Formats: sequence, C-alpha cells, structure tokens
Amino acid sequence: MVERARHPHRPQTLDYVEHIFTDFQQLRGDRVSADDPAIIGGMGTLAGRSVMLIGQQKGHDLKERQRHNFGMARPEGYRKAQRLARLAEKFHMPVVTFVDTPGAFPGADAEEGGQAGTIARTLQVFSGLTVPTLSVILGEGGSGGAVALALTDRVYMLENSIYSVITPEGCAAILWRDASEARTAADALRITAQDLLALGAIDEIVPEPRKGAHKAHRATAKKLARALEAGLRELEELTPSERRRLRREKFLKMGRIAA
Amino acid sequence: MNKYVTVQITQKGAVPSEPVEQGKRCPSCGIPLTQEVLEESLFVCPGCEHHLPLDAPGRIHALADAGSWREVAADLRPEDPLNFWDVRPYLDRLQGAQDETGLSEAFLTGTCRINGQPVALGVMDFRFLGGSMGSVVGERFHQLVLAAVDEHSPLMVVTSSGGARMQEGILSLMQMPKTVVALDLLAEAGLPFVSVLAHPTTGGVLASFATLADVIMAEPGALLCFAGPRVIEQTTREKLPEGFGRAEANLEHGQIDMVVHRRDIKERVVETLRLLEGGVICRLEEPVREDEEVLPWGSSPFAQAFARAKELAIASRSWLLGRDT
Repeated sequence: MVERARHPHRPQTLDYVEHIFTDFQQLRGDRVSADDPAIIGGMGTLAGRSVMLIGQQKGHDLKERQRHNFGMARPEGYRKAQRLARLAEKFHMPVVTFVDTPGAFPGADAEEGGQAGTIARTLQVFSGLTVPTLSVILGEGGSGGAVALALTDRVYMLENSIYSVITPEGCAAILWRDASEARTAADALRITAQDLLALGAIDEIVPEPRKGAHKAHRATAKKLARALEAGLRELEELTPSERRRLRREKFLKMGRIAA
Repeated sequence: MNKYVTVQITQKGAVPSEPVEQGKRCPSCGIPLTQEVLEESLFVCPGCEHHLPLDAPGRIHALADAGSWREVAADLRPEDPLNFWDVRPYLDRLQGAQDETGLSEAFLTGTCRINGQPVALGVMDFRFLGGSMGSVVGERFHQLVLAAVDEHSPLMVVTSSGGARMQEGILSLMQMPKTVVALDLLAEAGLPFVSVLAHPTTGGVLASFATLADVIMAEPGALLCFAGPRVIEQTTREKLPEGFGRAEANLEHGQIDMVVHRRDIKERVVETLRLLEGGVICRLEEPVREDEEVLPWGSSPFAQAFARAKELAIASRSWLLGRDT
C-alpha cells in the first residue's frame, strides 16, 4: 500500500489543477527571500466560486523531482502557504490544500531557516482561518511537513494514500533497528486511509477508480472535485464562528486516553 | 469534583527521583559530581557549566514556591489505540517507563506560584520514552491551558522531547494541531505563554507549541532541531559545523529570544511575565453607532447586532492578518 501511495504515475497537485481548474493562476513567493518549488499555490474557480489552492508537488520524473525537491518543502514554502491562506481569508475564499510529501526538507539550510517554527506558525495561521478549509492527502502525508497543511475543517484522504507520523523506513530504523523491516513498521503504524478513518483522524475517504489513480488521472480528478464541491457546500452553510468552533472541537478531541 | 491534587513541596532546590550513583562524572569536563553538589547546582556542572538533564519533578521543585504546586489532569493515563508491537508491546514500554520514573506520562502539569507569581506550569520529562508526545501529553497540555484561562494565569512550559510518540501513530501527529488550537484559547484570553526549551527539544514538539510561545528561552547548549543531526548530515552529505542546531546557533539564526542559564530561569521568566502583563489598554475604539450605518432596518436591534458583528469580525481578522510568518 505504501508503493501505491508513492507510485511515480500517481496524479499530483499540478495534474489535479489541470483537470479541476480552467482558470488557475499561480501565485509565487514568500515575500521574505524565496519561492519554494515544492509548494504550488494559486487561485482558481471551483463550482462557481474562487478558491485558494495550496499543494505539494513531488514531480513525476527525475528532472521534475529535482526541481520540486521531491515535494519536501522548506520554510519559504510554508511561509508561502501562510501568505496565501491570509490572502484567501482577506477575500473570503475557501482554502483547499493538497498534501503529498515524504516530509519537510531535512537540510541544514532549512533547519537554520527555522523549519520547526515555520511549521508551527503555519498550523497557527490555519487554526485562525474563518473561511472554509479542506485538505486532501493525495499520496503520501509525511508527518510534520504534511500536517502543517492539514489543520482544516475537512480532511480527506484518497483511497490509496497514506498519512503517517513517521515514514515506515524511519520507524523501522529506530524501533526495529533495521530499516528493511519497513513493511512490518507500516502495518504496525496503521497509515492507510481506512485506518485513519477508523481512528477518527480524518473526515472522509475519496474513492479512486478500481485500477488506482495512477491509471486514471481524469476520473480521479472528477471524483476529487465532486467530493470538494460537496464539502464546500456543507461548510458554506455554517457561519464562520461555527466552522471555527467545530474545527477546534475536532482537533481538541484527537487522541485516546483512559480517564 | 476535585480536579486538583496537592503535592507538597518542602525542600528548596532540585530533588532528583533517583539518587546519583557513586563516581558520577560530568560528561563534558569529567570532574566528579556528587548528589549534594548536583542538587545545589540544579544539575549544572560547577566546573564547566554543562547543563545535565533535569527531570520534571526536580524542575518543579526548583521553580515552584513551597506548598504552591497543584497538579492538573493527574488522572489521565495512556492507552494503546494501535495495539502497537515493535520488539516490545507498547503497553510493556509504558509500564517500564512508569516503573522507572514514577510518573504516569512524559508531561507533568499543574498550577503553582513562582516567586509569588501564579503560573500554569508544564514540564516534560525526557526519561519517559524520550519525552515523546502522545495523546496524554497533548491532552494534559490542553487541560493546562484551560486551567490557565480559568485562573487567568500565564502559561509556562519547559520542554525536552525526542518528538512525536511513534507507538500512537497518527494520533501522536494530531497532538501538533491539537496543542496549537489549545493555544488559540490562551491567546483569546489575552494570557502570555513563555517556553523554556531544554536539551533536547526536537521534532513535533519543536514544530508545534514549543516555538509558539510569546517569548522563547532555551538553556545553554540545548539541541533544538526539527530533524535529527544524523538525518541532516545524510541529506546534505557534509559534516555539520560544531554547535549546529544548539541553542546558541538558534539564537544567532533568529529562532529564539534568549539563552538563559538554568539558575537564572526562574527570575528571568518572572520578569518577562511582569513586562508582558504591564501593558496599558489605551482608549477603546468607539462602537459603531447605528446612525453612521445606513441600513434598511434603521436602529433596530438587528442593525445594532449587525454593526457589532462587523466590528468583531474586523477585529478578529486583523488579529489573524497580523500574525507572524
């Protein structure tokens, strides 16, 4: 299931953008010093209203993956996400995020540039939004670098995607002291869409065509657009403060504790 | 229902959970260190100032005024939602950690006074499964914020963590957004939050509540990094410079406000809280008068409610727009 989630032909942010929006306009830069190619942001029309889209892009071939840094964002990428989320709030636009990343980039420059703090502040910006927010795990939801874009009113996972606190390889290396135990670790971690729905960590699974999204980009994009439109309609029925209250309650309830 | 348990603090200084073995030496300069010396120095080597780990009970003893500590959310206990087994079952590891430390979890929370100043205080304990954050740590943080709001106290947290607790899977990752949402409640009550990052503070803890404090302090030499140095070295394929990711480097790179020696933390935090709480609310904005707003409903209760709602919406939005990047 991990292989399916990471399949090189699986549709990514730019593929969905192409199929879902006819008028997508990319917006760039973090207004500090850089534009992170691992995160694509911009506006487009979805079912009659403007939405702000923020998505992680891994790349389909070696050249693309190098360009997009394998979907591993740096602080400048998260700052771009914050800026665009605020822009959306200013103009009453729902925010849709596409999550697809092995994790935040663990480079020395990213670390020194405040990777941890920027992720925390991104969570904080999303926590304060009063427009409807929806996140979709497209393929791989890699821990902190992923959840930074997933503090949203609705969290969706595509049927064959995964979302985890740590990569199975990383977990195997630490707990089993053997990175080749990744498969065992993946099973133990319970990282499939079905697992997460059962654990109450996500709101809905978006079904994929039977052969898998990688074989049917257009059909998958259609299903995703429909799910997003339905989510938007539901969320737009609520007032901004109701949306924020329900979202807070949802995240404050996360976890399992014996009283 | 009495949600608080009173724990007596009678001794001054840091009291460790276990006595120090004979022949313990400073890992940095090698001088011999005795129980007595360490208690007196708050577990800082008097020879080279190397800050040794200070466990949560010891930290609380060192900070809180005698008799003032009241534990919050003491009864919460971890569960095993994934039925997780690596080379040992998670429940086994939990039992082991509880037996070794005498604590139920990696985070002790409560209200107290520090030099007379009421504070909602949370302290992490690295001995308990590497100070990892799972459901109980997150929920204790939430309850601690609620206690702070209830008593109108500032929040102080001392962190020490290897990151999110793997054995609770995605539920551990969810403690990141959970603690961030909890902090919104604190901010709405206008209460300050000071964090003290002790060695090591990493991963999901550093990337959530720890770095969202209004003032961020760190102990000298503390390793504060998101990804581990080994992972970073593998990525950059270069040896990292001396001091990479330490408190001092974080200060230089604009990520924290100050590096504070352990013996100075109490005074510094109290002083910081005094300054944060000493602001003056100047003239309040005049409420929008209904005759300034031409509405078809005139000065009806609806018009007044609409005007007030608009004022609040503008106020909350500017709060959001003004947030840090």
